[in-house]
Amino acid sequence: MGDLLSLFVNSVFIGNILLAYFLGICSFIAVSKTIETATGLGFAVIFVLTVTSPVNWLIYHGLLAPGALAWAGFPEMDLSFLKFITFIAVIAAIVQAVEMVIDRYSPLLYASLGVFLPLIAVNCAILGTSLFMVERNHSFIESVVFGAGSGTGWMLAIVSMAAIRKKVRYADVPKGLDGFGFVMIIAGLMAMTFMMFSGITL
Amino acid sequence: MQTDMSHYKEILIKGIWRENPVAYQVLGICSALAVTVKMSTAVVMSIALTLVAAFSSLIISSLRRWIPSNIRIIVELTVIASLVIITDEILQAFLYDISKQLSIFVGLIITNCIILGRAEAFAMANNPADSFVDGVANGLGYSMILVAVAFLRELLGSGQFFGFSVIPGFLYDMGFQDMGIMVLAPGAFFIIGLLVWLKNSLPGISHEKR
Repeated sequence: MGDLLSLFVNSVFIGNILLAYFLGICSFIAVSKTIETATGLGFAVIFVLTVTSPVNWLIYHGLLAPGALAWAGFPEMDLSFLKFITFIAVIAAIVQAVEMVIDRYSPLLYASLGVFLPLIAVNCAILGTSLFMVERNHSFIESVVFGAGSGTGWMLAIVSMAAIRKKVRYADVPKGLDGFGFVMIIAGLMAMTFMMFSGITL
Repeated sequence: MQTDMSHYKEILIKGIWRENPVAYQVLGICSALAVTVKMSTAVVMSIALTLVAAFSSLIISSLRRWIPSNIRIIVELTVIASLVIITDEILQAFLYDISKQLSIFVGLIITNCIILGRAEAFAMANNPADSFVDGVANGLGYSMILVAVAFLRELLGSGQFFGFSVIPGFLYDMGFQDMGIMVLAPGAFFIIGLLVWLKNSLPGISHEKR
């Protein structure tokens, strides 16, 4: 239990998927203009990550990993090179399903997120989490916790960024720096504050 | 022929400089930040991305008349993912150390918005030769930013260039220190932010509005 808690805290703060591994920056910048859409997208990312990470774990360890097909009579088969294409297909399918569910039950959320949901499919945070999960040899339970933790960390980062951008809306930024450059510098300062968490162990 | 050449040159300049994918369209920054601690990883990543961008544009553009528009994203992703698998296998076979350092970021070329963005915005509407040049141009534009960031981060962060120490020893004797922050995540954000500022201040470039 303690291990899982520490994995969760680690993936939210110390190894924050956005600020420490730079995953999902594209949508981080595009969607952090208002807090409402940032929150909505944050929840969508948490949900998609918590589902895709274990599903991809099952597929990887059931079909693709070296020796995983031993039950079918192919003990020497190593299909792990197929993981990229499999993972992206699984992610795209799950995102499509989530999109339909949101469209059916929350038209309001769909109206504000509509454009960005397909973007989740190509959000590197989602694919990156699945690939990290394979590279770090997580167990099944760990993959669920890691997915949820990464999603929470991503949401924390994007919502804070939206809040900061709201605060600095009327700030007098030098011409040329406003827009993307300014957001990057704020992100750098945020990454520095998140670094303070390193060294914390539970 | 002359017009052909100037036409390609136009596409190249657009992709590399005027509409640089990283600095102007804010695409594909994820990996631009993550692999730029050292020059060697940045250069390998740049080559890999440029090749994938060029060939995915070429293939998708050749297939564009046969791809049904409602499943086009999946088809595009399949083409890109196949190319990335090939790239990853080649890297593991010939450049194992660097492939280990790039870790998951080679795989993440699939979700790099530059490639899918160019496939959607350019390759689906233009002929294969133009699309190939456009892929190369955007790949080079990305590489340019990547190498610039990696150069600054490696130089300031560890005083090295391609792994060789280039800061003369007497500077260290005088109290010069490597900036540890450049090796860490915040350094990458700061460098990109400042590079964009520099680029927006140069003449001849459309300025992004907030």
